[in-house]
Amino acid sequence: MRYLLARIGQSLLLLTGVSLLSFAFLQLAPGDFFSEMRLSPQISDETVQGLRKQFALDKPLHIRYWRWLQSTFHGELGFSFAYNSPVAPLILDRAGNTLLLTSTAMFFAWCVAVPLGVMSAAAPAGLLARFCSIGTAAFLATPELLLALLALMLAVRTGWTRSLGMGAAVTTAQGWQGFRNTTTHLILPALVLVLTSVPVLLQHTASAMREALASPYIAAVRAHGIRPTRILFHHALRAALNPLVSLLGTSLAGLLSASLLVEVVMGWPGIGPLLLEAILNRDVYVVIGGVMLSAIFLASGMFIADLLLFAVDPRIRAERLS
Amino acid sequence: MSPRRQLVLPLVCLGIVHLAVLLAGFIAPYNYAEQDRNLPFAPPSRIHFFDIQGKFHFRPFVYERTEEEDQFRVYQELTARQFPLQFFSRGSDSKFAGTVATNLHLFGVKLPARISLMGTDSYGRDVFSRLVYGGRISLLAGLLATALSLLGGTTLGALSGFYGGWLDAVIMRLAELFLALPWLYLLFAVRAFLPLHITPADAFLMIIAVIGFVGWAKPARLVRGVVLSARERGYVVAGRGFGASDFYLLQRHIFPQVSSVILAQAALLIPQYILAEVTLSFLGLGVGEPVPSWGSILGSLQQYHVLVSCWWMFFPGVVLIPVFFSYSQLSQALQERFV
Repeated sequence: MRYLLARIGQSLLLLTGVSLLSFAFLQLAPGDFFSEMRLSPQISDETVQGLRKQFALDKPLHIRYWRWLQSTFHGELGFSFAYNSPVAPLILDRAGNTLLLTSTAMFFAWCVAVPLGVMSAAAPAGLLARFCSIGTAAFLATPELLLALLALMLAVRTGWTRSLGMGAAVTTAQGWQGFRNTTTHLILPALVLVLTSVPVLLQHTASAMREALASPYIAAVRAHGIRPTRILFHHALRAALNPLVSLLGTSLAGLLSASLLVEVVMGWPGIGPLLLEAILNRDVYVVIGGVMLSAIFLASGMFIADLLLFAVDPRIRAERLS
Repeated sequence: MSPRRQLVLPLVCLGIVHLAVLLAGFIAPYNYAEQDRNLPFAPPSRIHFFDIQGKFHFRPFVYERTEEEDQFRVYQELTARQFPLQFFSRGSDSKFAGTVATNLHLFGVKLPARISLMGTDSYGRDVFSRLVYGGRISLLAGLLATALSLLGGTTLGALSGFYGGWLDAVIMRLAELFLALPWLYLLFAVRAFLPLHITPADAFLMIIAVIGFVGWAKPARLVRGVVLSARERGYVVAGRGFGASDFYLLQRHIFPQVSSVILAQAALLIPQYILAEVTLSFLGLGVGEPVPSWGSILGSLQQYHVLVSCWWMFFPGVVLIPVFFSYSQLSQALQERFV
């Protein structure tokens, strides 16, 4: 319990640091949301100055940071100039979609990568292992940007999108209809993300399994005449699980980055398009909000991985509780 | 494969790509900004050996193309006149290896015909030429950004590991902050606070600065680890006992230990940074028109009709595959060698 609290405190400190860093960058930024307005002859200088005053852009940075902190504690995360509304509802709307996409992709990527990794470690010279190593090399060399574009092109050209009803815009249909609608839209971006993350997971699974299979107790278990599949999935995989669980946390960073790009390319209404639009508009608080959210995602991913490690490995449990 | 061949093969492949890009003015038949408004989104030129009578020509040739009447972006070959492919031809002005002005090109055809190996873009510019020129931006950005982030990372990491204490604590906490964000988000965040409308040259330098700045944390942590262990080695302690200065110790005794780590990191970082440049330019946050980068050429695929009907616009993305593959082979070989 003490460990848990310390871990949460650490994460909070990290988030504060990230927000401070963002505001430090903000100081460097030339111009703001309203500088573009000055180009228009219909808007006078006084109006622009007035707007700046209204949004406290004329105040020094530490005051703005203090106000931002206040609004964060009110659950607003600052104010979006472009949307004329607090940032939090804007971002939370999109965050759900990003979370849905990344968690789906992560789930299926692990479902594919772990069995393949285990099998290819079990028979390193086999057909499957060779197939996996070629596939891994190929997909590692293919950037997710290209993969996303190719997938989109193929989907459009084969008419596959139309048959799935993906041509329709995202509707607010409820219940079964809504679920079907979401799923059909989810398949393509999730597929691209799975394809980009499987190779890394596969490599790590295979190497962890190889190490576990080489250890003496596996030979002992084998000498006891236990079935090979049981040795693989019951004895060896459990021993190999440790680095994989920590990978769960660290691989999340890559997945979030990839998802950002895939969302923009495929038009998935997640954080990606919102963030890009905010950058082009100089809507700084939305940018900071998005960045903070990604930090929260990553921190909670690490946190969950830590808890899982705690649950899986008795050695760590003993070490941290003492 | 023997370890030596494992190193040589990707190096040769990368060498060819970089040489082609360096000699862009010679390899590319046209200038990257040369437009032909009569040929927007034309597919790659057909290179013929047989004319319409079925007669074989030893020297391959192309036909001039025009847009078909009443049809949008459908091109027809004018078979009346053949334009043989010329090697070492004289064409539009360019700079050989970026310095000597010349109009010599590796290959070309006489006007009014045009040869476009990879089709043309929305302004009728030759995609192959733009790809070769664009490699300059994309590959150089990767190299320079890597140099920058490794320089920063090594310096900070070495200071942190060598001196320890509060300096170490400050630098490592700062590195943790940078590592607390997914790198594309971090890249976006830093890019967000910099000006949008700037000249291509400024944009290029800015992108390198941004990518290099964002990436210092990981190498810094690695270098710190190595320095931390190297500093306690007997010969370093002995050197200190003989009154060697800190700088001498770092440069003479510790840096050789670190250099292999840096080399392996470079092979890992360069492709990642090339991709970062491509991504930024793809999204319109990088180097702008008319200067090409692989990302900005790919960026036209964001338009629906280009995505669906202009498959040749995918070429800049496809070129990334052998480059990335070579780098990943290289980093694997380096890691096996040093670790």
